[in-house]
Amino acid sequence: MSKQYRVLIAKPGLDGHDRGAKVVARALRDAGMEVIYTGLRQTPEMIVEAALQEDVDAIGLSILSGAHMTLVPRVLEGLREAGLEDVKVFVGGIIPDEDAETLKKMGVVEIFGPGTSTVTIVEAFRRHLAGG
Amino acid sequence: MDLVEKALAGDRRALARLLSLIEDDGPQAREALAALHPHTGRAHVVGVTGAPGTGKSTLVNELAKTLRAQGSTVGIVAVDPTSPFTGGAILGDRVRMRDLAGDPGIFIRSMATRGSLGGLARATSDAVKVLDGVGFETVLVETVGVGQAEVDVARTAHTVVVVEAPGLGDDVQALKAGLLEIADILVVNKADRSGAEQTARALEVTLDLGRNNAGDAEAWRPPVIKTVALNGTGVKAVVEAIGAHRAYLRQSGLWDRRERERIRADLMQALEETLVGQLLERVGEEELDRWVERIAARETDVYTAVESLVGLKEHSRASGR
Repeated sequence: MSKQYRVLIAKPGLDGHDRGAKVVARALRDAGMEVIYTGLRQTPEMIVEAALQEDVDAIGLSILSGAHMTLVPRVLEGLREAGLEDVKVFVGGIIPDEDAETLKKMGVVEIFGPGTSTVTIVEAFRRHLAGG
Repeated sequence: MDLVEKALAGDRRALARLLSLIEDDGPQAREALAALHPHTGRAHVVGVTGAPGTGKSTLVNELAKTLRAQGSTVGIVAVDPTSPFTGGAILGDRVRMRDLAGDPGIFIRSMATRGSLGGLARATSDAVKVLDGVGFETVLVETVGVGQAEVDVARTAHTVVVVEAPGLGDDVQALKAGLLEIADILVVNKADRSGAEQTARALEVTLDLGRNNAGDAEAWRPPVIKTVALNGTGVKAVVEAIGAHRAYLRQSGLWDRRERERIRADLMQALEETLVGQLLERVGEEELDRWVERIAARETDVYTAVESLVGLKEHSRASGR
């Protein structure tokens, strides 16, 4: 049997729109992954703690509030402090191009804008998890 | 073994990795469990089970908070189902456990059933041993939402809390065998809804029937406790009942007896897995296929095949003559 991938889908910040996160969680489940879904209003600390306890291979962050430039770096930093720098971080949401550039430099492996198909997202998760 | 030592020293990342190792099975997992075994046997293992939507996760969240307030450290294993079609799973129990974040005295691990049918994953009892071994004083095991017959948790837990909710069935449901029989504590959650009183009463009546038939006045009579887990109502009474049941197990000698039953069951399971594994290695996939063909062709039958495969009879008829 191939490795069973475990993925955390989390919504940091205060906006209440979790439909996108749920759609992605479901798509990853249908792709055979174990998806730990944490729900709304997670702090970066909570996300790092959940990633550690669940020993996940990847994290998907859904951010629609515009606070990505504060939230994502705090998650990345928390992961480094916890020794989880090998966990792949994906971000979905409304992220301006220049912010996307910066976040990628900081270590985010892939950023999905509005309207990205679940097929594309699942493919990206698979590729990065397989070490590509 | 490095990972075990680190986990025993309180390294939570090592603990998490250890749990993954055990879920994925293999020789390393067995080594780790062997190294941990001398440290196990101290935790009070409490199972929480019930139909989907009765509020198990919310109750576990509240139980953990109350236990923490009383000074116990709490490990949680929350099991959700694996899709039989894709092998994937949504593990959503943490959604209801957000209150527990940031507490170093708590460790939550979500687990997918990966094909097991009894309400737990194959690795759940081993995961419990790991949390027990590294020192969590109470381990809460939340099963998948169960129907009537998924009673594996009774083998893993010292104390089983069965969660019901109003409006799930009439008193004949309460008479049926299965889930209710394994309950040490019965919780009627969502007790602010109509019908809670009737549900509680039907359960009480059923329990009294069972007690009369057993005729043992000393035996534990499961309490029926009404809760509203969402706001914490009644949760303290559940924690008290859990403590009382633990005391009862200790006093009556049942604690040790159940421990031995559990060890025997574990031993049998490990024996089965090992012996079947060995046999299949010796026999090989191709020969197995040949037997399947012969059975399908009605040349022989399953029991004759088994006798031959395990060598109870000579291998004269194997490999299709």
